Amino acid sequence: MPESAKNPGTSPAFDRLYSFHGGLKLAGHREITEAAAITDAGIPPLLILPLLQHIGEPAECLVEKGDYVFKGQPVARPVGKVSAPVHASSSGTVIAVEPRPISHPSGLQAMCVIIETDGKDQWQEPGKAGLDYTAMDPDVLCAHIREAGIVGLGGAGFPTPVKLAGARNNIDLLLINGAECEPYISCDSRLLQERAEEVIGGTRILQHIVAANTCIIAIENHMTGAGQALQAALDADKETGIRLVRVPDIYPTGGERQLIKVLTNREVPSLGLPMDVGVICQNVGTAAAIYNSVTRNQPLLSRIVTVTGCGITDPGNLETLIGTPASHLVKACGGYTSHVERLLVGGPMMGHTVTTDSVPAIKTTNCILAVTHEEMPPPSAELACIRCGKCTAACPADLLPQQLYWYARSGNYDAAQDYDLFDCIECGCCAYVCPSHIPLVQYYRHAKTEIWSLEKQKKASDIARQRHEAHQARLERIKQERAQRQARKKQALSKDAGKDAKKAAIEAALERVKQKKQEAGVTPKNIDNLTPEQQGLIDAADKRRQGKTTD
Amino acid sequence: MLIGLVLGYAAIRFRVKSDPIVDQIDALLPQTQCGQCTYPGCRPYAEAMAAGEADINQCPPGGEVTIQALADLLGMDAKPLNAEHGEHSEKTVVTIDEQVCIGCTLCIQACPVDAILGAAKQMHTIIKDECTGCDLCIPPCPVECIHIVPVKTTVLNWKWPKPGDAPVGFKQNA
Repeated sequence: MPESAKNPGTSPAFDRLYSFHGGLKLAGHREITEAAAITDAGIPPLLILPLLQHIGEPAECLVEKGDYVFKGQPVARPVGKVSAPVHASSSGTVIAVEPRPISHPSGLQAMCVIIETDGKDQWQEPGKAGLDYTAMDPDVLCAHIREAGIVGLGGAGFPTPVKLAGARNNIDLLLINGAECEPYISCDSRLLQERAEEVIGGTRILQHIVAANTCIIAIENHMTGAGQALQAALDADKETGIRLVRVPDIYPTGGERQLIKVLTNREVPSLGLPMDVGVICQNVGTAAAIYNSVTRNQPLLSRIVTVTGCGITDPGNLETLIGTPASHLVKACGGYTSHVERLLVGGPMMGHTVTTDSVPAIKTTNCILAVTHEEMPPPSAELACIRCGKCTAACPADLLPQQLYWYARSGNYDAAQDYDLFDCIECGCCAYVCPSHIPLVQYYRHAKTEIWSLEKQKKASDIARQRHEAHQARLERIKQERAQRQARKKQALSKDAGKDAKKAAIEAALERVKQKKQEAGVTPKNIDNLTPEQQGLIDAADKRRQGKTTD
Repeated sequence: MLIGLVLGYAAIRFRVKSDPIVDQIDALLPQTQCGQCTYPGCRPYAEAMAAGEADINQCPPGGEVTIQALADLLGMDAKPLNAEHGEHSEKTVVTIDEQVCIGCTLCIQACPVDAILGAAKQMHTIIKDECTGCDLCIPPCPVECIHIVPVKTTVLNWKWPKPGDAPVGFKQNA
């Protein structure tokens, strides 16, 4: 438990900022998109809604081909705790539920609901009343946020209600992350400039849920416009108790762990969570989405996407319906320039290349980046590691990238884990500074997925062992039972013991029948309406029988 | 004398019931239970290895990874897979062509991990998640309705490739 968590009421001032190890000063490339107002990307002819847009279990499809769906209608429901529903972001007809290319580094297809929009954009129940969250129980609010399909919009897409439920009553600092540190991306900056009150509103709802002593909205120094708008909105409403803190422009300050270190000097333990040091971190976009879901009673249907790069004619920030194909967004930004070479989803440091622009923007898509050859040359040939140590100096997670590289490359995954491979946030600083152009992050990602796969295999083989043992035990039991049966039969058939045993068995059976009859109180059915002679005969017979038994 | 008694008692009191080395070896084997190593299952193979009767390179489903792990455990040098026992391939599972299945239960009896569901004269089906890919159900099937299928790569089980040449360019629709 952190110091301040033990003494509620003493909220730290955050006048002093700390620093994390390593990090880089990168050129921002945000000037154009940060200055222009958010425009509406409109309703695309096709909406492609992947069932997996979050960390956790894919949602389960609720619609089929031919169904008409209204705007805001759930098309898939969550499976298990760590999952999120998917909603139709506009009205139209489901034309297919099939695998489509999605924005994933593998370039693989995944199950999507494809909606042909009708342009009417009609709700099933238009004008639903907003909720008064102040009167609501935090658990009910969390359930509402789950139904609204809200996940972390900062990039990872972890279902927000799960994070909130885990952190409730456990934390002293609610941290709203507006420190957009990756070059090119400016969607959070524009959001704060234009809709600061939504972010503040969402933050207050989050405060109501987690009840932290302190609440901070952190932005980077370069975000002057966002800072002014946010400060103005905060000044207008002094009651909030929310503080605005500006942090230095060092990549990756926007990383959860790095931001916590800068603000509080607390270090999230290895393989731990921010809540272990009394902090919960939420992206500004997530806060705004929560505000919308509560005050307007709407699920998460759209987000702001930065469409930029020298490969785009007219870069900007677009209010984008979830499921809009990247090609539609590019068209809305004037199309490609002639020199475009690569398309990325996400920023230049942590994003990944996609092989087609038909991939949809999903809940976690913050940027579509089309780059030219000059802007982002293809990676140079990998040279041998010269042990210069620049990667170690740059690593914001304070790891030893060189060691991790050797172990990941040679497949020594145990050693890689000993060197805290899983604390790597894949920010790309090490690869950026590497003079030998070694794609270090890809080695770590490779090692991580290999380790996960091996763990899965291990689990599967443990289950197979158990099942095999159970199978063997069953066979053995059947064998023994058969042997026992045979032994009994043999004994019954053997001549000496045979007769007595048979007789005893018959007598026991007769005894059982007799007892059963008595218990059931069985009486003959033909003794009603008897003539006196008949009754007399019966009585005489009974008398004779009784006399016999008493003999 | 006294120490001897104490030690003697301790030896009986704390006797390890099963052979720990067999457990350790068994834990490294893939538990496919396919019998390609010539032993009737993974544990018998582990026992044979512990007794020095079997070599460490007889497990095709485990492949090089298993051989390396066994070599590390047993302090031996790793060696290539013995081709007599088969070739290593990516994991597969089987499916039953349910239109063709006659419900004879022969495959159910052959499955070492009870991963086939069905009854006499009823259609059978494979519980895909429990299938180890041992292929032992295939030979007994009288109508050849069991087929091997590779485990599909999806975004959920996809692995980042080791760095190599990344393709440049993309399909433009805009």
